[in-house]
Amino acid sequence: MIEAKIYITLKSGILDPQGKTVHHALENLGFTKVRSVRMGKLIQLQFEDGVGKREAERLTTEACKKLLANPVIEDYRFELQDMNANENVGL
Amino acid sequence: MKCGVIVFPGSNCDHDCYHVLKEVFQQPTEFIWHKDNDLKNYDLIVLPGGFSYGDYLRTGAIARFSPVMNAVIDFANEGGMVLGICNGFQILCETGLLPGALMRNESRRFVCRFVYLRVENNESAFTNACAEKEILRVPVAHAEGLYYADPMTLQKLSYHRQILFRYCDETGELTPAANPNGSLESIAGIMNRAGNVMGMMPHPDRCAEEILTSADGARIFESVLLWENKLVAP
Repeated sequence: MIEAKIYITLKSGILDPQGKTVHHALENLGFTKVRSVRMGKLIQLQFEDGVGKREAERLTTEACKKLLANPVIEDYRFELQDMNANENVGL
Repeated sequence: MKCGVIVFPGSNCDHDCYHVLKEVFQQPTEFIWHKDNDLKNYDLIVLPGGFSYGDYLRTGAIARFSPVMNAVIDFANEGGMVLGICNGFQILCETGLLPGALMRNESRRFVCRFVYLRVENNESAFTNACAEKEILRVPVAHAEGLYYADPMTLQKLSYHRQILFRYCDETGELTPAANPNGSLESIAGIMNRAGNVMGMMPHPDRCAEEILTSADGARIFESVLLWENKLVAP
């Protein structure tokens, strides 16, 4: 079974008040060496058995473009992982 | 003018919009369930405020794929008048009928209070009943109302006079304190290039009668009616 881990992040330059607030909280706790904090989302998609890596890649890209990320404000990237790697070496 | 108010799962201002159109302005008005897809008989479609689909993923992101939205896109592309208020504005941006996006308020807080709006263009279908630079007192109630668009889009919006409302103070000045959510250039409401689709975060539906302490919101509905009558008249 293939799983896609999709990371959705705000485009660089776009204000992230949530990240700023968390950064501030970290500073108050003594984490003074953190330069900045940006918050994003992690979305995991598990595909049906029989969906190969190429198809999973195509479907994930389509899902990101159509629904999961808003291209006006967000970027996305993803990783595919074979969750039954032992059985499907060489996928 | 035949008006339709779309009801998504999670809409909560649908009855406010219905009330204003039906009772205050005495227009034939119907609710349209989000699974309907025939809008041929309508002159105005309103996307009301609320929390459609629980605001999951992003505000308006799931509602955008409701069956009725394809009909709304066709309706708008054929020149039909579409008004999106609050969550309706967010949905119109997600749909691409309006440029830009609505993001989490700069304060990170839900803001619920009266604000002042300066009418930036009083010659549109949605503002022609307003005086030039008129100041309206209208409530906002949202957590995701920060209007964002890239610099090029902002320039185009301004150049084509698509910015209809900006947050201002009582005297009409654009100050940071008067901007309830950190919207770029204090933008509170915009229309599309063709001028038939408008979205705004403040709620004119909540202030269209004197008993609600402000009737300024009525101006927007009045504008749409005046515009429609002008189109119908020879």
